[in-house]
Amino acid sequence: MKVIIGLIVLWPLVGFLFNGLGRNIWSKKVIAYKATGYIVASFIFSILAFLNVQSKGAFTAHYFDFINTATFKIPFDLKVDALSSLFLLVITGVGSLIHLYSTAYMKEEEAPHYARYFAYLNLFVFSMLLLVLGNNYVIMFIGWEGVGLCSYLLIGYWFTNATYNYAAKKAFIMNRIGDLGFLLAIFWLIVKLGTVSYDNVLTAESLAKLATPDITAITLLLFVGAMGKSAQIPLYTWLPDAMAGPTPVSALIHAATMVTAGIYMITRSNILFSASEFTQHIVAIVGISTALLAATIAIKQNDIKKVLAYSTVSQLGYMFLGLGVGAYSGAVFHVITHAFFKALLFLGAGSVIHAMHHEQDIRKMGGLKSKLPITHLTFLIGCIAIAGVPPFSGFFSKDEILAAAFAKSPIYWALGVAGAAMTAFYMFRLYATTFLGQFRGTHDQEHHLHESPLAMTLPLILLAVASSIAGAIGVPVLMGGHHWLSHQLAPIVGEAKEAGLSAGMEWALMGVSVTIAVIALLIALSIYRKKADGEPQTALGKFLYNKWYIDELYEIMILNPLHKFAGFLKEVVEKNIIDGAVNGTGKFVQYGARQIRLLQSGQVGYYILCMVLSIVLLFIIWFNDITILKFFFKLTHKF
Amino acid sequence: MPIQYYIFFCLTLFSIGVVGVLTRRNAIIVFMCIELMLNAVNLLLVSFSKMQHAAALKLDAVSTAGIDAQIFVFFIMVVAAAEVSVGLAIIVMMFRNTHSIDINFLNRLKN
Repeated sequence: MKVIIGLIVLWPLVGFLFNGLGRNIWSKKVIAYKATGYIVASFIFSILAFLNVQSKGAFTAHYFDFINTATFKIPFDLKVDALSSLFLLVITGVGSLIHLYSTAYMKEEEAPHYARYFAYLNLFVFSMLLLVLGNNYVIMFIGWEGVGLCSYLLIGYWFTNATYNYAAKKAFIMNRIGDLGFLLAIFWLIVKLGTVSYDNVLTAESLAKLATPDITAITLLLFVGAMGKSAQIPLYTWLPDAMAGPTPVSALIHAATMVTAGIYMITRSNILFSASEFTQHIVAIVGISTALLAATIAIKQNDIKKVLAYSTVSQLGYMFLGLGVGAYSGAVFHVITHAFFKALLFLGAGSVIHAMHHEQDIRKMGGLKSKLPITHLTFLIGCIAIAGVPPFSGFFSKDEILAAAFAKSPIYWALGVAGAAMTAFYMFRLYATTFLGQFRGTHDQEHHLHESPLAMTLPLILLAVASSIAGAIGVPVLMGGHHWLSHQLAPIVGEAKEAGLSAGMEWALMGVSVTIAVIALLIALSIYRKKADGEPQTALGKFLYNKWYIDELYEIMILNPLHKFAGFLKEVVEKNIIDGAVNGTGKFVQYGARQIRLLQSGQVGYYILCMVLSIVLLFIIWFNDITILKFFFKLTHKF
Repeated sequence: MPIQYYIFFCLTLFSIGVVGVLTRRNAIIVFMCIELMLNAVNLLLVSFSKMQHAAALKLDAVSTAGIDAQIFVFFIMVVAAAEVSVGLAIIVMMFRNTHSIDINFLNRLKN
């Protein structure tokens, strides 16, 4: 078992080294087979680990001590339990499909870049696996930084484009802000408890040792970390910009890795979060506001990937709402279903972009239904799933979160349903504009429209199947299911609390949210099935089209003062003080040397005089001047 | 004779040597002044040696204390002789080059 867990993590690392070091050696075929093969191998081992957890329970594998001092110890432990084994399956499963898809999508790249791409992709999966499997916060943090780095590398994959590089830097810096919070939380834990292992931290005893302000501070700092990685207000702006990377990378970031890290971390630390009422409120409020903000922005975006990106931010908001109201298993459920349908949607979008020769503006698409039948059908399934129409997977997970939100406060529920309606609206706006109506692109593009190759359609089909049926793992008791997932996660998040809602109430809630979503969906279809959005006319439309001017606001509030300060440092401090000191030293030495040089007159007599005088001086110093004077005094005295 | 006489004599000799080296420009005279300093030191060594030996004999009739200083004198003489041979050769070379033995002309390395 220890070997299996180790290999799950190591396969992608081997793939990274193989492709990274041999990028000038291997042919594209070898690169593609190896990179995909290693992730598939990891997936197979993950299944083994999952089955083992099912039959024998959690397993912790100790490899070596990462840090070992007399008073403080961080072991390098990897742990599979109900939570991490589920994440393993999602990461490696969806990851393998994305790798497979990438082999076809990135075909036009040259071999060294192709290898670089797959090396980064493998490293990404490796970091995420390390994050999920680590048995303490420090190992998690290593993976946490790893996914941050890989997202930077992959977003800036086409590094010759300056805008893409800015997007990559933005992602990295936004993440760093969050990472700082996470790091501070780890330090706080070390100071207060002297340990970071889950087995020691996440227990009732250590909770008793922590004062309430400590718990609140630690959980808030952890949440700051989660905000960065999982793109919540105010650190969400990097995720839409991350669309600069290749489309499969977006799928990987949005579905299998990276953004789910924050959800995983909070679910893992659920004992701490449940102990702080205040933090839970903050999490829920930030979650629902993010969900609504991103949903409103998504309504007016015209870039196919941007719409999906904002929808991810919005769905992540739902997950945080779930975490905030204590529905941890609901949040994990939504992570899983979201991984399927969002990977599906992104890969479908990639297929469309591929067919349209890198055109991403949906206003120039339309009528692709007949040209790309498989992409169309799978994309439609993805849209239905995310819109929350039963019996597709998104309905079950979203409904569970909404029910828990209602139990906490009906306001959360109402806002959540509004968000869900917007989700249905913008997804079907996207669908209708892209696939229905008349083709609006150039004649040249229309001529080249083609369905993608099997390597791209196969992942789409598999993900479409998964998006349709994944809801089965969490069918509520109400509908005759027995909610396998919440039983599964019970050892980690505790038994699901009774929502305290009557059956009739729950049916009513479901009915309302589904009805509203379906109405929104039909409105979107009827508006956009014939024509695309023009330029935004109304003030509100412009406001949403420009994403609430949040980027501009950050620029005025944070970037400009920073630039001014940096300019001050550059113009004043650097030029006058630092340069002055450095140049002054040089000038002083030069001047001094020119003066001292005059001593070297070349007169032998002068040199000897100096020598004699120096010897006399040395004598005086050596004999401490008094002694030598006394000696002469004594000599003369004798006469 | 008290040791002070020797010391003052040697001091005088040495000072004459130093002043000669410092003030004279003729290389041969500078050379002679250096010899003067060396011999002033020699003389001082010998006189201190005698003094210590005489003091030791009073306590012990067969003492050889202080003799060793006189050996240094021979060392210095030998070194001085070697130095003279080299130094005179340098002066000859210098005369061939500059047709003068004025040490103030030896400033060609300047600049």
